[in-house]
Amino acid sequence: MEVLVILVPAALMLGLAGLAAFLWSLKSGQFDDLDGAPWRALRDDE
Amino acid sequence: MSEMTSMARDFSHYIRHPAPGLDRMELAVEGMNCAGCMSKIERGLKELPQITLARANLTDRRVALEWNSGTLDPSRVVDRLTELGYKSYPFEVNEAEKAEAERAGNLLRYLGVAAFAAMNVMMLSVPIWTSTDLDMTWEQRDFFHWLSAVIALPAAVYAGQPFFRSALSALRAKQTNMDVPISIGIVLAMGISLVETYQHAEHAYFDAVLMLIAFLLAGRYLDQKMRLRVRAVAANLTALKAETAAKMIGEGEVREVPIAAVQAGDIILLRPGERCGVDAVVIDGCSDVDQSLVTGESRPARVEQGAVVYSGTLNLSGALRLRVTEPADTSLLAGIERLLDNANQARSRYVRLADRASRVYAPVVHAVALVTMIGWVLAGASWHDAIVIAISVLIITCPCALGLAIPAVQTVASGAMFKSGLLLQSGDAIERLAACDTVVFDKTGTLTSPELDVANARMVPDDVLALAGRLALTSGHPMAAAVARATKAQFVVPGAREIAGQGVVADMDGREIRLGSPAFCDAQNVADEVARSEPDASIVAFADGDARYALAVRQLLREGAAGVVADLQREGLSVEIMSGDRESAVRAAANALNVRRWRAGTNPAEKFDAIEEMKGDGRRILMVGDGVNDAPALAAAHASIAPITASHLSQNIADIVFLGGRLDPLVAAIRLARKARRLMSQNLWLAVGYNLLAVPIAIAGLTTPLVAALAMSGSSLIVIMNALRGSRADAEGAAWKF
Repeated sequence: MEVLVILVPAALMLGLAGLAAFLWSLKSGQFDDLDGAPWRALRDDE
Repeated sequence: MSEMTSMARDFSHYIRHPAPGLDRMELAVEGMNCAGCMSKIERGLKELPQITLARANLTDRRVALEWNSGTLDPSRVVDRLTELGYKSYPFEVNEAEKAEAERAGNLLRYLGVAAFAAMNVMMLSVPIWTSTDLDMTWEQRDFFHWLSAVIALPAAVYAGQPFFRSALSALRAKQTNMDVPISIGIVLAMGISLVETYQHAEHAYFDAVLMLIAFLLAGRYLDQKMRLRVRAVAANLTALKAETAAKMIGEGEVREVPIAAVQAGDIILLRPGERCGVDAVVIDGCSDVDQSLVTGESRPARVEQGAVVYSGTLNLSGALRLRVTEPADTSLLAGIERLLDNANQARSRYVRLADRASRVYAPVVHAVALVTMIGWVLAGASWHDAIVIAISVLIITCPCALGLAIPAVQTVASGAMFKSGLLLQSGDAIERLAACDTVVFDKTGTLTSPELDVANARMVPDDVLALAGRLALTSGHPMAAAVARATKAQFVVPGAREIAGQGVVADMDGREIRLGSPAFCDAQNVADEVARSEPDASIVAFADGDARYALAVRQLLREGAAGVVADLQREGLSVEIMSGDRESAVRAAANALNVRRWRAGTNPAEKFDAIEEMKGDGRRILMVGDGVNDAPALAAAHASIAPITASHLSQNIADIVFLGGRLDPLVAAIRLARKARRLMSQNLWLAVGYNLLAVPIAIAGLTTPLVAALAMSGSSLIVIMNALRGSRADAEGAAWKF
């Protein structure tokens, strides 16, 4: 059961990293244009 | 028209300065529907060397632009987009939309936090649920519970804010809403879980609390997103109307400015064919004006020096110089304000279905929990056990399904309405619309199309009409414009020239053709004859060599209006007309539409009183109107709808704004609202049914956190699936592309 000492913090850290990434993407306006963004990814002129 | 486009356009009102030395402007763009358009617009705008940033937003159909201050005339951008084939106009994000956008952003952030916490707590809960005493010691279980508490407590406090705030403000106003029992549920479940964890108990409900918050937030976010989208489309349509005024700056200099930049005291020039966007007083000039959008009267009125011209007035004949008394957003027909106050007070008494449900729900559930507790104590259980069971009753009845039952339907229904060309402006309008039993129509601009048309087109040979239309293209006069539009003319007659105030003349294969006033065309006899059969129309005469014709120009009924009225009657609604126009005009419309009850010559106060009187008889009125004179009636009615061409005031008051030249969206609105109303009550009954199953289990003390989690997500899913049935819009509603 000593493995919990590693696994539990690791799981929480990963979760927090995911949350931080989500909050960052929200703040940098990535959710502003959900219709246009997928097409931008396909464009080769930028 | 040529005169209008050559005037200097002043867009400085729309320019923002995000940083010193940097100009930023946003434009609404019509017809940007696909990724191709997006690339074309961005690339095309970047070809202007001054532009430092051009970013199109495909969701909002807008473009944001930045350039170094003073290097670029903003009207170049609009011209460039016109070259690319897109109509555009600068755009100012209004406060209401900004607030909605911020609320949507906040909800998404809360949702992210709640979902993160729910997933992580679930990761800790699943081992507890699946373990036995053999593979997990109580120390390990306590450790997992404490970890859950550390994650859940801050997350619930943060992400639960929308519910706590709304509940508090309701309680402060000595009322309850759905958020009160939700907040009580969250707080109690959190509290009992902490106490149980502290006492090394077997069950804690951290996961259930977070799931509840996440589900409810998801529902609210989708609802907010829909509302934001509708508002953005409405704002774009307003911007693309490109309402401007010719403002006089100093001696003789005229500049075209956006109507939002005009202030009280400014002097503006109103030319024939232009619609006035402000309230103003005539300084000099005299003209015939069409005030149908203001008063409902379709016959032109004469204005001279000192006369008041209200916002929405169309200038027909001569140029007027005006002093602005009220700028665009405060413009109001005298006396309307007081009526509006009365009407709004009456409307705010309506209690939403969700709040009515919560008024029944909260006392019942809280009483059941109390009885459960007392019952267990009497049956010999310890106080601790009794309290835990009572709270588990509250958790299992936690209004998850109930909290989603109505918003989910509302979101789906407003999405379906949006596709049918209906912009829903207030959330509870669907419920109110579904309850209506009478439709009261305004005539001018609502049943009739707001644009002028040729009423006697069938009496004139087609080739004559086509030629008259082509000749009319040369003139800027509203009557001529109506003839050109009605005949769908595309090619001007070469060499045609306009004689101001009289008409247009041209040579055609050696003979002279003329279009204009009967005197100008020497067609007084024919004109008088047509005027007798069309007493409400203005006469435009046409002379082709020796032949003389007279065209009767007036507003015609909207295409398909009779069919819509018949459909509404078939839906069980009684239809009435209430107009500010003269009796003869209203009677003609009523006969054509097969409407038996109508009133003519009503002023705003009479319309308002009539609506109040009908309400007094227990009828639920849907008012459909567009003019400033309809505004109090729109506000007084149980529900209200206005066309997109309506005056600003009426559009702001109406619950729903419909797009397009036809009335068909009205039928779709009624059908969708009634369907949504049915789904709402079904959902409420589903939630009740769920509680009838789940509550006895909780009262018996058999609830475990696993049961709570399953019951909660199960009931929410059922309610959402049922709501989704509302998205299958009736085939009647025209599909709209924005």
